Amino acid sequence: MEHHELIVIGGGPAGLAAATAAANEGAECLLLDEQSTPGGQVYRAVQTVPEQRARLLGPDYQAGRDLVTQFEQSGARHLPNTTVWNLNGRCEVGILRDGKTSLLHAKRVIIASGAMERPVPFPGWTLPGVMPAGAGQILLKSSALVPADGLVLAGSGPLLLLLAWQYLQAGVSIGAILDMTPHGNFWRALPRLPEALLAHHYIIKGLRYQLQLKMARVPYFTGVRNLRATGTDSIEAVEFDHRNTSKRIETSLLLTHFGVVPDSHLSRCAGCDHRWDSAQLCWRPQTDEWCNSSLAGIAIAGDGAGIGGAVAARHAGRIAGLGSAHALGHVGSMRRDEIGRDDQRWLNDDLRVRPFLEAMFRPPPELLYQPDDATVICRCEEITAGQVRRAIQDGHHDTNQVKFLTRCGMGPCQGRQCNNAVGQLLAHELDVDMMAAGGYRIRPPIRPLTISQLAALEDMQAGGGA
Amino acid sequence: MPQRFRRLQEPDGRWVEVEIEGTKTRVLEGESVAAAIFASGLPWCRTTPVSGAPRAPYCMMGVCFECLVEINGVPNRQSCQISVEQGMQIRRQPGASPEYP
Repeated sequence: MEHHELIVIGGGPAGLAAATAAANEGAECLLLDEQSTPGGQVYRAVQTVPEQRARLLGPDYQAGRDLVTQFEQSGARHLPNTTVWNLNGRCEVGILRDGKTSLLHAKRVIIASGAMERPVPFPGWTLPGVMPAGAGQILLKSSALVPADGLVLAGSGPLLLLLAWQYLQAGVSIGAILDMTPHGNFWRALPRLPEALLAHHYIIKGLRYQLQLKMARVPYFTGVRNLRATGTDSIEAVEFDHRNTSKRIETSLLLTHFGVVPDSHLSRCAGCDHRWDSAQLCWRPQTDEWCNSSLAGIAIAGDGAGIGGAVAARHAGRIAGLGSAHALGHVGSMRRDEIGRDDQRWLNDDLRVRPFLEAMFRPPPELLYQPDDATVICRCEEITAGQVRRAIQDGHHDTNQVKFLTRCGMGPCQGRQCNNAVGQLLAHELDVDMMAAGGYRIRPPIRPLTISQLAALEDMQAGGGA
Repeated sequence: MPQRFRRLQEPDGRWVEVEIEGTKTRVLEGESVAAAIFASGLPWCRTTPVSGAPRAPYCMMGVCFECLVEINGVPNRQSCQISVEQGMQIRRQPGASPEYP
């Protein structure tokens, strides 16, 4: 088994900053990334993107360039195109690269798995032509692909506005924006506004996007409810309720956004303690001020530890990197505290906007807790909300029991898309909290491997206890 | 079926040629197979093994597994995580099919 001092998993802002900070203090560091180039989802292709596309994506995106440059100058080693399929409490990491599996060991591991779009089932969300907004943005960043005219954007949250603005810059004619933010959210968010104004650049940016979309006369519907995608083999139209009337817009592409959640499969697989965060509506690992998880040797930084955005992730990454360099004996506590203090302050400053955003863009409760019986919850196994409800009525009272009975969550995505939806259905039906409903038990391999890939593991003895 | 995505005009694009469902297609060097599928206009990439419903790439970042296709004869490849290569043979993946028992 290959040994390292520090392994960082994930090449987004948190992972890059963590590896850079640790390597700069003298730690031997290996960064594993599923993508071919550093940057994560937020700074995807930031190094290779042509200037014209970089301008279109805006200055926040271009800010990723110096992060990548600093990483490259740090001496940390970069292993791209690498899938991580296991992490255990002994800091053993199972990887898949060029079709071959192997096990690595590190004295310390920093998980920087980042965020994914919050999966929210609604009628027709499995139809080709329905995608999360983040997917649309990835196609723009890495492939210069923009939607054909007439696309519809629906949901709630800052990314929806940002993407609409980017499409506008690219000359795309947007069919409609369906804002599903419940009207009451603003009043619930209002008490958090004064604190958010301390990070007012985020608020100003959001207002600027809205103004420019208005000036471009993009049809904008607020208070939209009851979203449905309809069609036979592909989406043909979006149907929704607006001011108590039913509306229908024909389109070949619907991009939705309901916020993002931590990609927590790896930290859950390792066995780190997680709690349900009822403000962010997601499972969130427990971490301390140096981003350490509940397991010795494993830290979690960035959106994978709770949603804070790219700037916060960069600070958290540096904090975790310093913390690890300290734990590895490369830096004393005084120097660690001195360098880390600024990042901790900036991190806290940056996070001040979050409580406002979380309250303002909280998805409509009926969407999360009361999907129609016919709505598909598990995309892989095609299990509907009705089937999940029946399982609950039959006495299956946590997500794992529902999974065993129905196969919901047993497909290739391993429950990444349906876990929270099943938990929320349980919580609603049984009137319990999410901690009681529970999350799926996540076991290795957390990415599908072929039997031959598993069998080819060089060091079976070390891997056997995983 | 109208095209869902169009490519922005960029002066310095570098291209490779792949075959998608037997049709030679020029795609951007380094992009994912899933992106190439959208660029080619193919409306869906697989059918499900449960109901046979058509599906297209969804999350584009490796967490939904909707984009599974057959690449160079190997099924179940996660096309959003694999970069295109010159001459690659990309085919739709039938879900409930005797070919994949």
